[in-house]
Amino acid sequence: MEILVLLKQVPSTEALIEVADDGVSIKTEGLRFVINPYDELAVEEALRIREAQGGTVTIVSVGPAKAAEAIRTGLAMGADKGILVNPGDLNCDGLAVAKILAAAIKPLSYDLIIAGHRAVDDDNFQTATAVAELLGIANVSMVIKQELLDGKIRCQCTVEGGTKTVDAPLPALIAAQRGLNKPRFTSMSGIMKAKKKPLETKSLADVGIDIDGLQPLVQVKALRLPEERSGGRIIEGDSVQAKVSELARLLREEAKVI
Amino acid sequence: MTQNILVVAEQAEGTFRKVTFEALSAGLRLAGQMGGEVQAVVMGNDIEAAASELGRYGAEKIWLADDGALSDFTTEAYTDALAQVVTHSQPAVVLMGATTQGKDLAARLSARLNAALGSDVMGLHVDNGQVLATRPMYGGKILADVALVGSPVIVSLRPNTQVITEKQGTGALEKVTVTVSGTGVQVVDKQFESGKVELTEAASVVTGGWGMGGSDYSVVEALAETLGAAVGASRSAVDEGWRSAADQVGQTGKTVSPNLYVACGVSGAIQHLAGMSSSKVIVAINKDPEAPIIAKADYAIVGDLFEVVPALTEEIRKIKG
Ligand SMILES: Cc1cc2nc3c(=O)[nH]c(=O)nc-3n(C[C@H](O)[C@H](O)[C@H](O)COP(=O)(O)OP(=O)(O)OC[C@H]3O[C@@H](n4cnc5c(N)ncnc54)[C@H](O)[C@@H]3O)c2cc1C
Ligand SMILES: Nc1ncnc2c1ncn2[C@@H]1O[C@H](COP(=O)(O)O)[C@@H](O)[C@H]1O
Repeated sequence: MEILVLLKQVPSTEALIEVADDGVSIKTEGLRFVINPYDELAVEEALRIREAQGGTVTIVSVGPAKAAEAIRTGLAMGADKGILVNPGDLNCDGLAVAKILAAAIKPLSYDLIIAGHRAVDDDNFQTATAVAELLGIANVSMVIKQELLDGKIRCQCTVEGGTKTVDAPLPALIAAQRGLNKPRFTSMSGIMKAKKKPLETKSLADVGIDIDGLQPLVQVKALRLPEERSGGRIIEGDSVQAKVSELARLLREEAKVI
Repeated sequence: MTQNILVVAEQAEGTFRKVTFEALSAGLRLAGQMGGEVQAVVMGNDIEAAASELGRYGAEKIWLADDGALSDFTTEAYTDALAQVVTHSQPAVVLMGATTQGKDLAARLSARLNAALGSDVMGLHVDNGQVLATRPMYGGKILADVALVGSPVIVSLRPNTQVITEKQGTGALEKVTVTVSGTGVQVVDKQFESGKVELTEAASVVTGGWGMGGSDYSVVEALAETLGAAVGASRSAVDEGWRSAADQVGQTGKTVSPNLYVACGVSGAIQHLAGMSSSKVIVAINKDPEAPIIAKADYAIVGDLFEVVPALTEEIRKIKG
């Protein structure tokens, strides 16, 4: 089974995000970067499939040179090789990234693509599904369980109020949701081995894509912090009963939510 | 190309999701600014009877794509149908709810039409003919004001962010014949917990964190039932296996914006706050006065949740009669 994993490097989720002086980007100084948590699930799932039935796992990422670190971490988990497409100075929206990924993937042979269902930086919920559309293959989102059957993949997915199970013909793209698996830690020997695994860096020209078609349709005009909540009002009272009565009264009369 | 807004209606078991009415209402406001009208599209099988309801929320025209291949939602089949309706009706904006299916459909459609997509949008307006959207990034730690360029543009709207207004529209039904080829995805099974309030759409949410101490959520469930609320969980509770991953609130779970959010035994880690800070009113019940959630809460009770929550449930029951 030839498996591709779409992986993005993102700021770690415990990071406090601040707006940079230009007002349209974030301060990256001092930020710790990690594999997008959903993409970590994707790497893990790919490794489990390879361990069960053989094949190769190739990580494909679009990002700056620094994103190679995240690919290396994926290689240390056990993936076989990595491809990083560096778009240089180009400012990409989700669709542009999908176009670059699709162009990089087209010449490759693959049976299955595994992505995350969203990247926790831009939160576009777009790139993975858009890649499937551009490649003309099926996609299944929010996958919490998968099983490879003859020529198809059966996936259980979360939907509002429950789950559904769908069959998709291969090749297909599936997007991971939490619950799919528990990603493994990288071992020291994994990290050592990863240093010798192939990681190719490509330019937009290398993947044969023209910059003209990549101009962002979603243009960031301003980034800002959400309004600070003025919280911290502790309800006092002599007893639990007194406190909950006061809380219920406030919720009804002041906040008007019950 | 028109200045119309096309709202993609979403059904759940035969009734429209609340977010569909929210989208129609947002569409009305947008249409007012753009000088167009609001139209709706309903996709599915045997859907004509339900569709006319959309007129009550301002739809002037309701496109019906009724086809056996659309009886279950699959992203490709629905993209096929919707792309044809868009080509036919030429809207300037395509609006839908940022639900599981809405987000996936919007993503596939954006690639099919090479159109701008604003995902999980909380605010929307038009300035100088340009569609501007406000959307969360970094799980809600940052808000981005973005311009959506081109025509049509696609927007998925976060549930619970738009005020619903009723305004009678003509609601003229018009059938469109669509060709659905799809890529062969088949739905083989669906499992729903009956009566479960959906986390992202709920007007109130009660969350139990690691302070629950185990999988017995009965005190939280009782409060939720009294409030008509959905039950959420922190990641720690999900990691412990006490609740399913679908219940997780936070940067790597669901983002919720209810009117009332009650956090019980949740410390308020940054990833959790990211997912619920846009709630209108936050209540925290925690035995530690220093827990970060307290500083974010509009109202907090410091105490043992196993005493406070049942007493609060009782009190609210009394008030509600
Ligand atoms: C990559 C990544 C992604 C993450 N994403 C998320 C996410 O999406 N959502 C999320 O929630 N977390 C997320 N986390 C985890 C997050 O960092 C915290 O670990 C988690 O939110 C803590 O959960 P908690 O508040 O339930 O538990 P704790 O932090 O352990 O807090 C328990 C609280 O309960 C209180 N308590 C205990 N007993 C009682 C009692 N009887 N009565 C009243 N109060 C009591 C304690 O005082 C304490 O404040 C993520 C972490 C990582 C690394
Ligand atoms: N720059 C990127 N490089 C590789 N994969 C990406 C990139 N951006 C997004 N993806 C994939 O698409 C998924 C959804 O991302 P998004 O649409 O940005 O929320 C992610 O979980 C990744 O699997």
